[in-house]
Amino acid sequence: MQLSRRHFLQFGALAVGGGLAIVLYDAPWSEILPFVDVFAAGGLSPRAFIQIHPNNTVTILSKDPEIGQGIRTSLPMIIADELDVDWSQVEVEQADLDQSIYGAQFAGGSMATPMNWDPLRTVGATGRRLMVLAAARRWGVAPADCTTSAGRVLYKSGNRSLTYGELASEVAKLPLPDASSITFKKPSEYHIIGKFTSGVDNFAITTGKPLFGIDVTVPGMLYAVIDKCPVFGGTVRHANLDEIRKMSGVRDAFVIAGDPHTNNPSIEPGVAIVADTWWQAQAARKSLKVDWDTTAESPTSPDQSTEIFNQKAAKLLPQQPAYDIRSYGDINSALGEPSTRVVEADYAYPFLAHATLEPMNTAAHYKDGKLEIWTQSQTPGDGRRLAAQALGISESDITVHMIRAGGGFGRRLRNEYVVEAAWVSRKVKAPVHVLWSREDDFSHDAYRPAGWHHLRAGLDSKGRVTAWSQHLVTFGEGKKTASSAGMGPGEFPAGRVANYQLGYSTIPLFLRTGPMRAPGANAYAFVGQSFLDEVAQAAGRDPLDVQLELLANSYNGGGDPHYPPERLAGVLRQVAEESGWRKRKSGNGQGMGIAAYACHLGFCAQVAHVSVDSQNRVRVHEAWSVADVGSQIVNPSAARAQVEGAIVDGMGQTLIAVDLKNGAVVQTNFPQYPLPRIHQTPKMNISFRITENSPTGLGEPALPPIIPAITNAIFAATGKRIRTLPMTNSGFSLA
Amino acid sequence: MSLSLKINGQPVQVDVSPDTPLLWVLREHLDLKGPKFGCGVGSCGACTVIMNGNAMRSCITPVIAAVNMEVTTIEGLSEDGNHPLQVAWRELDVPQCGYCQAGQIMSAAALLQHTPRPTDEQINDAMNGNLCRCGTYVRIRAAIHKAADQANTAHSG
Ligand code: FES
Ligand code: FES
Repeated sequence: MQLSRRHFLQFGALAVGGGLAIVLYDAPWSEILPFVDVFAAGGLSPRAFIQIHPNNTVTILSKDPEIGQGIRTSLPMIIADELDVDWSQVEVEQADLDQSIYGAQFAGGSMATPMNWDPLRTVGATGRRLMVLAAARRWGVAPADCTTSAGRVLYKSGNRSLTYGELASEVAKLPLPDASSITFKKPSEYHIIGKFTSGVDNFAITTGKPLFGIDVTVPGMLYAVIDKCPVFGGTVRHANLDEIRKMSGVRDAFVIAGDPHTNNPSIEPGVAIVADTWWQAQAARKSLKVDWDTTAESPTSPDQSTEIFNQKAAKLLPQQPAYDIRSYGDINSALGEPSTRVVEADYAYPFLAHATLEPMNTAAHYKDGKLEIWTQSQTPGDGRRLAAQALGISESDITVHMIRAGGGFGRRLRNEYVVEAAWVSRKVKAPVHVLWSREDDFSHDAYRPAGWHHLRAGLDSKGRVTAWSQHLVTFGEGKKTASSAGMGPGEFPAGRVANYQLGYSTIPLFLRTGPMRAPGANAYAFVGQSFLDEVAQAAGRDPLDVQLELLANSYNGGGDPHYPPERLAGVLRQVAEESGWRKRKSGNGQGMGIAAYACHLGFCAQVAHVSVDSQNRVRVHEAWSVADVGSQIVNPSAARAQVEGAIVDGMGQTLIAVDLKNGAVVQTNFPQYPLPRIHQTPKMNISFRITENSPTGLGEPALPPIIPAITNAIFAATGKRIRTLPMTNSGFSLA
Repeated sequence: MSLSLKINGQPVQVDVSPDTPLLWVLREHLDLKGPKFGCGVGSCGACTVIMNGNAMRSCITPVIAAVNMEVTTIEGLSEDGNHPLQVAWRELDVPQCGYCQAGQIMSAAALLQHTPRPTDEQINDAMNGNLCRCGTYVRIRAAIHKAADQANTAHSG
């Protein structure tokens, strides 16, 4: 069995080379390498993940943060199947943070399935092997004559049998079996993997049990709110603390001097109010008067506004990009050829907030130099590191409990709320739960960066794309782009067209940005796949044909080698087939649009069918989605759920925006941020294209294509091209 | 101020300021963590409870308005967690993150009390105040239909 460092290092190279802009990957690989080392050395004991009880029930530890991706169900399913127990025997328990035992523990980049598929199968299969060895020893028979079923070892098809529970104490004395003796099941032997499995927390969720970070209570716990400057980086000159301290339930109120550098992840400046209940802290806040100093960071104020950014971008777009990402061929002569038909357009999209339904919060208890944290962070290891830094204590003095999160979407890759809770707990010498209000959450996010693109494409006389030029105007300082604001050299159609140029220019930004579900991809798919649709339109061709033709090309070494074009072509063909794309009828306010995108190791193509009424109200009636995430869907229920959610999420991104005005965020609660509701949800047809590739994740790949599929469908229905999101800017809304 | 409430069939006394939102009385004084905080302005439905048969956003309902009312939270929806909606929710694996779901179920329960066999349109009207950031809406709709079918079969059979 090949399990190995190389395997992981391959993902490592991919994660870096593929340009995934997940914060974690910015960290040195040492974050992930200890796992690889421990594992390759054979030191990752299955006992760390599995507890088999005398009554033959099995506790399987879930290692990663659960943020709604279903990982607490799907990763234990992998172990349970290879261990060969029934799912009804299994109880899932959440592991605490300990990366020396569990390997990398994080939720991001749709990486849980690809990173854990082999290791966790090995954990389960090793457990099964140990049971067989123990039984064979007890019986004095050859292991090869023993089989397993539903948590029992059977001798020669069942004339003797022992439960795992009966063998457990003996197994504990065995050495780890030789890696070469471990074999995985064949897919045909799976009885848990690949079966619709309802989430392990569903009983607790549907009965309202305390389960989420916000529900955590610790004896003697106080609650805190932290009022921060609406303008990022503002510091406190003065606050009416004496008045606040007198208010009902308030135990303390104090200024956090903090660090005004918003990209420096220590604690941010603000005023903390600590009270017996959160509501008292929040109510006291209404009387809080803070004199903010926003002069510390000069670029904050008036020029940090959406309107000014738009003006700056409009100036930069027609110019040559300041920095090159990838260029080959001869773009200028290709576009200048008299026989070339040039299509040209500008695209733009706004800042977005993550808006997880559970606002940021964390409980912390600092006592005698030790810190205990209860958090829903997607990167709890990073949270611990930052808390250690901020408090000047050692990481080994911090215990982190990972608590179910009410949504992640990349927001909880950052950990400032973890640091805040730790900081306030130390200050008031009591356990403290810091909870942000929805307004805090909207105004202190790490936003999906806005961006602007100028595109030109050349078509030859046969309507083939011969040249593609793309200039991204994004945020950054000089050459360094802001988080999740850069593009990579593998962006479609790089390497698929004879003459190509991709470059960027930057505008300074004080607001902080960060990864949001399918970072980069959620914006670039809209731009690239919409423009491709216009190019096909100009050529009088079916966009499906144009895309398939490009995917069959290879120039200058081709596209990103980790994304074989035939996999994208495969899902495109299949979605066309399933949606009846070739027989579609458009016009008269009805239309279908198609788009495809590959990211986070997955490949997805989608078709949307919309109607648009005379007031430009769009109804998305139906969506088709085909994803290729390899050879095995671990939990079909959770996999479909990710696609269903991605379709709704992407549909919402046609409507929502975060605007900046004088350095502050304008939208501060859901009424100004119209996320989709039940009546707007289309009928969904979801399938998976099974291919001979190692299984990969689904948290992200199904989101990017739905956005251009919808806007392309609106074009088909109305002849109006949506080049700027949100589409409300062009007078469109969702019915 | 001491107030008498009736929550999930039980009379309880709380000592709070009368303008405290019912949500925070439930969560912080009565330790009922089922109703969730999502927005505090009545626009997400995570805090939904049933008051005298109607779905209410407890984050914008002052506790004083709950005096002399029958308040039901997700914790009190059924004895054993087997209300037809709770069962359907699990069978169809509706939750993703799960944070909105207590509120979704309570809105759906109020709907089924008044309208045992809701149409899609009636589901839209009753449920569009409940935001699901994870986008579980197709399953929410399917689960409501399923629960309605089961409840009606049970009653007639
Ligand atoms: S928290 Fe009450 S409606 Fe959002
Ligand atoms: S399941 Fe996450 S908000 Fe609804």
